[in-house]
Amino acid sequence: MRVALQVTCVNDAMFPDTGKAVVRLLRRLGVEVDFPQAQTCCGQPMVNTGYLDEAVPVVRTFVDAFAGYDAIVTPSGSCAGSARHQHSIVADRSGDPALVAAVAETGPRTYELSEFLVDVLGVTDVGAYFPHRVTYHPTCHSLRMLGVGDRPTRLLEAVRGIELVDLPNATECCGFGGTFALKNADTSIAMGADKARHVRDTGAEVLVAGDNSCLMHVGGLLSRQRAGVRVMHLAEVLASTEENDA
Amino acid sequence: MSGTFVGMPAFPTAAREALGDTQLRRNLAHATHTIRDKRAAVVAEVEDWEDLRLAGAAVKEAALRDLATHLETLEESLTRAGATVHWARDAEEACAIVAEVARSHGVDEVVKVKSMATGEIGLNEALEAEGILAWETDLAELIVQLGDDLPSHILVPAIHRNRAEVREIFRRRMGDVGRPAPDDLTDEPAVLAGAAREHLREKFLRAKVAVSGANFAVADTGTLVVVESEGNGRMCLTLPEVLVSVVGIEKVVATWSDLDPMLRLLPRSSTGERMNPYTSTWSGVTPGDGPQEVHVVLLDNGRTRALADDVGRQALRCIRCSACLNVCPVYERVGGHAYGSVYPGPIGAILNPLLNGVADEQTASLPYASSLCGACFEVCPVRIDIPSVLVDQRAAVVDSHRGDRVPKAEAVAMKTAAWAFSDSRRLAWAEKASGLAGRVLGRFSRTTLPGGRTAAGRLPGPAAGWTGARDLPAPPTESFREWWDRTDGGRT
Repeated sequence: MRVALQVTCVNDAMFPDTGKAVVRLLRRLGVEVDFPQAQTCCGQPMVNTGYLDEAVPVVRTFVDAFAGYDAIVTPSGSCAGSARHQHSIVADRSGDPALVAAVAETGPRTYELSEFLVDVLGVTDVGAYFPHRVTYHPTCHSLRMLGVGDRPTRLLEAVRGIELVDLPNATECCGFGGTFALKNADTSIAMGADKARHVRDTGAEVLVAGDNSCLMHVGGLLSRQRAGVRVMHLAEVLASTEENDA
Repeated sequence: MSGTFVGMPAFPTAAREALGDTQLRRNLAHATHTIRDKRAAVVAEVEDWEDLRLAGAAVKEAALRDLATHLETLEESLTRAGATVHWARDAEEACAIVAEVARSHGVDEVVKVKSMATGEIGLNEALEAEGILAWETDLAELIVQLGDDLPSHILVPAIHRNRAEVREIFRRRMGDVGRPAPDDLTDEPAVLAGAAREHLREKFLRAKVAVSGANFAVADTGTLVVVESEGNGRMCLTLPEVLVSVVGIEKVVATWSDLDPMLRLLPRSSTGERMNPYTSTWSGVTPGDGPQEVHVVLLDNGRTRALADDVGRQALRCIRCSACLNVCPVYERVGGHAYGSVYPGPIGAILNPLLNGVADEQTASLPYASSLCGACFEVCPVRIDIPSVLVDQRAAVVDSHRGDRVPKAEAVAMKTAAWAFSDSRRLAWAEKASGLAGRVLGRFSRTTLPGGRTAAGRLPGPAAGWTGARDLPAPPTESFREWWDRTDGGRT
């Protein structure tokens, strides 16, 4: 099985440790991933802001970079959702039958990390060790666009040493929403403030999610409040071991 | 005697103002969570809810696919049953028809059943300009009307008010337009409802003409259906001599049996009840029983525009249940007024641009009034994929500006990003620049994020929208791409 890592533009530029954690985790589970250097972004920022024409060359870059792989693994529910559900919209818009055919190949082979671990590799205990009080926020796109269900929490429950506590109103959006966070900053912050309050109410030291963009938003608010809560991507928790603590 | 949405600012501005209203925030959080939980509980009782949603969507989809035929059938059935059918292209035509009916009976007032279509066309204001007063008889609409206020929710238009505010409105305003509130009025819900009952009873008994909308219009039997909770609607539908119903053309369903899934979906989705309390159905005129003159105004007002939109067409399936409003995290915090329309919330964010186009700035701001979290789609009883329509309407907004002489800053930013994202070498270069910036920002930063990373500090320009309230990590000095290159994917 040829497996490619789609690290995502946000992780590439801002959160490289998440990408490294995916590589370390999958290697531990016996999967060597490729990192196709031609990859850039899934095109979601353009699509979700309405710039469909602008998204066409970005999606083309995506399908060119990942052509021929059996599985494309990404540490982002949002980017997996973009590849699976939005690339076809962009391809239709391009009027290019070759692009339509190409996204029909790459879309279904794109897996969010927890899906790849649970559904493709068939593991829930990945041998991780993380002795901290943790709460998990299910990001909207992983939950409602992909339907990852309880896969992430099953993975977390199997982590040794972890104290996993429920997040109140967990399924409510954190307010990030891509360019929504800038175009409607006040509303975004109001939503994020409530999410941060629920996180603080759990007494957790670490907030975990499968999308660093959402974590950048909630984490940015928690940090500004000096709340004493750090945010971590699911991949980094799952990659942690006694020898290599995150 | 009511406010107007005309001249409302674009959503971000209106939302900012609403977010500062602490009473509104408290009222909305309480009300939306209450209805949300109630809905979730009664929907969970139905084992085949998903099948029911599919059935509801199929009924509406079938009706829309062959809309012209069903409307002609509806017109024939209604005419045969003794009703007079009018066709209205837009709000102005519809209002003129209703005014003409009222004038022909020499009345200076009408009673109204709660109706979204008449709110959409601004009927009350149009009638008032003709010297005809339109009395709202739905309790929440009455609160809005007496308060010179605007509706902020489809189902419960006074959701932004709490009972203390309602008491104050009743005490202050009821006497101006009819029977005053009793002196010992408290804010107990039963006492407030009692005062409204006494106040409205006079109007029901006096009115010669009533105006309604309809939740459904059955083509083969010529039956209109009104679904309501209070019984005030039924008073209007049965007591006056003349009844005028303004019905959007998308309300048509083909057959009587098509009502089956709809009437099971609607109450659970809207009020969180298993069954609707007052469901009134009437087919034209029945001699000696109810109104003896029945008019039906079939309203387009942008609906054929929406119908022509391949992606947006599904919005016409909407049965105005409000489930999407009640679960929407944006609506929950800013309320309905910020949307500048009688149709607020997620459905309003797609319906208004579909009906009216995106030429004006206010309407063009609505598709962006969402974080695309998808909670609306999850609860929609007729499976309208609101997030997909929102994205499609955003594309409509962007496309409408493609010919601009001076492109917006956002368009320039998006084109630049797309250029960088179209070639990994360009992206790698940008990441190097960002790494350098990170080094500089890190040096000036006085904030360490939990976990040890350095924060970027407060940024200028558009990024200030981010760092005004949220810390941002300084970009790392090495991107993932560079790390992979340097270490052969961590192997060396």
